[in-house]
Amino acid sequence: MPVKTKKPKPLVSAKGVYLSFGKKAVLINTNVKVRPNEIVTLIGPNGAGKSTLIKVLLGLVKPDRGVIKRQPGLSIGYVPQKLTLDETLPLPVHRLMTLTQKAKHPDIIQALKETNVDGLIDAPVHTLSGGELQRVMIARALLRKPDLMVLDEPTQGVDISGEAALYALIGTIRDRYGCGVLMISHDLHVVMGTTDRVIGLDRKVCCKGKPAKVLNHPEYTRLFGPQAAQHLAIYTHQHSTHHHHHHDGDICQHHDDGACRNPNHLSEALPDDHG
Amino acid sequence: MIMDDFLWRAGIAGIGVALIAGPLGCFIVWRRMAYFGDTMSHSALLGVALGFLMEINLTVSVALVAVTISILLVLLQMQRWVSSDTLLGILSHASLSIGLVVISLMSWLRIDLLGLLFGDILAVTVEDIYWIYGGGLFVLAVLIKIWRPLLAITVHEDLACAEGIQALPIRLIFMLLIALVIAVAMKIVGILLITALLIIPAATARRLSRSPESMAFFSVLVGVVSVCAGLMVSMEYDTPSGPSIVTVSALLFTLALIGGQLSHLTHIFKR
Repeated sequence: MPVKTKKPKPLVSAKGVYLSFGKKAVLINTNVKVRPNEIVTLIGPNGAGKSTLIKVLLGLVKPDRGVIKRQPGLSIGYVPQKLTLDETLPLPVHRLMTLTQKAKHPDIIQALKETNVDGLIDAPVHTLSGGELQRVMIARALLRKPDLMVLDEPTQGVDISGEAALYALIGTIRDRYGCGVLMISHDLHVVMGTTDRVIGLDRKVCCKGKPAKVLNHPEYTRLFGPQAAQHLAIYTHQHSTHHHHHHDGDICQHHDDGACRNPNHLSEALPDDHG
Repeated sequence: MIMDDFLWRAGIAGIGVALIAGPLGCFIVWRRMAYFGDTMSHSALLGVALGFLMEINLTVSVALVAVTISILLVLLQMQRWVSSDTLLGILSHASLSIGLVVISLMSWLRIDLLGLLFGDILAVTVEDIYWIYGGGLFVLAVLIKIWRPLLAITVHEDLACAEGIQALPIRLIFMLLIALVIAVAMKIVGILLITALLIIPAATARRLSRSPESMAFFSVLVGVVSVCAGLMVSMEYDTPSGPSIVTVSALLFTLALIGGQLSHLTHIFKR
């Protein structure tokens, strides 16, 4: 980092978090920070503790050791891994939006417009496609005027063409609201272009930093196998041809539709990671 | 006086039970707790036995035992070596059996076991009606009070908790409500069939509803129709009241199912 400007205080931070379920350690000495206006992506294999770390940061799970700090009065918009609604529960979208809070109709419409799904306000949640549901869930989080957005695998159940659009949307939201974003992702090829920082987690943090730095990290190759190294080539290649460089502290606009959407690369990246 | 006629007493009591069973039953269906409801209601027999033994009001003892069983279940679910499903099966049948054993040991007790298991409209007293409406109003008031947070944790518990809802107290209150409903509904449909009155009207109402609240409303409607028609059948053909009510509600469910399939088919043909 060549030039150090004074960074804003973290919205949320975890220090020295240790958590075990029975005898199995799930998180070991884990440190994470999310600042305003930055996108932090958690990557890692199955069972690496990514979702658990998010739950710890949200205060849903108490760690055995470690300190969690949240800014006082912090408003969090959480988009959980997958909403599986029982088929017997009839729920229109506007009711899903106001599940834990009251909201005025125009505000609901406005939030749904932000994510381009305002036409679905009266649709039953069961009839939504994976991408539509994720957009509704993000709109739902926006309704809370969040300082911090937390997304657990936002592109699960979303088709390939929808993935890049969804990440672009998350980037736009960050730009517009200046909120911090913490997300878990498996779509390494797309994420590398949208995220400011990457944290590789395998029960403990094994590599972190700017995407380009993490891609070069030997731990990254260890975590995701030698095929993942090919992403480095794809990533650097794209970024040299499109002249998109990460600058320290800059807000990067990577709504680059030239991003790698080849489905083969998706499966290459994480051969055994589905959860 | 109208209350002197046992038919009227049964009808008023039955409608009271249907009024609370509907909305509560919806949550049991949404939360996939049908087996849990079964376990709690089977424990009612143990409650009856203990009520006789300790000479306390049966409704109170039944509710107390049901609550105890549900708390026991929550505690036992924290261990890992037996699955929740198996645990429910064990508790359900164990409490039913212990109840039967204890009742048969009390040889001095003249008790209508069949009436307890399957409901007996002849046994409904004016006092029962007070219990049903008093308890029922209380259950409805509490349910309305916790409706929003309960619905939120039903849709996604982690999401609701992250947004500031305390799930554990809500869940405990909900279990308490189920216990109360079981205690007051026992006389009408019987211990073995309480869950049916909770879940069948709710499941029937699903086809007619577009929101959680409308489903609760329609399930009350289906429940009231089932109870009234079931009681009439019971009177006319001298069949046990509980099974008659459940038979009618199952019939209504089948009709809703066929109706749903037909409208689905016509929808396909139109396209």
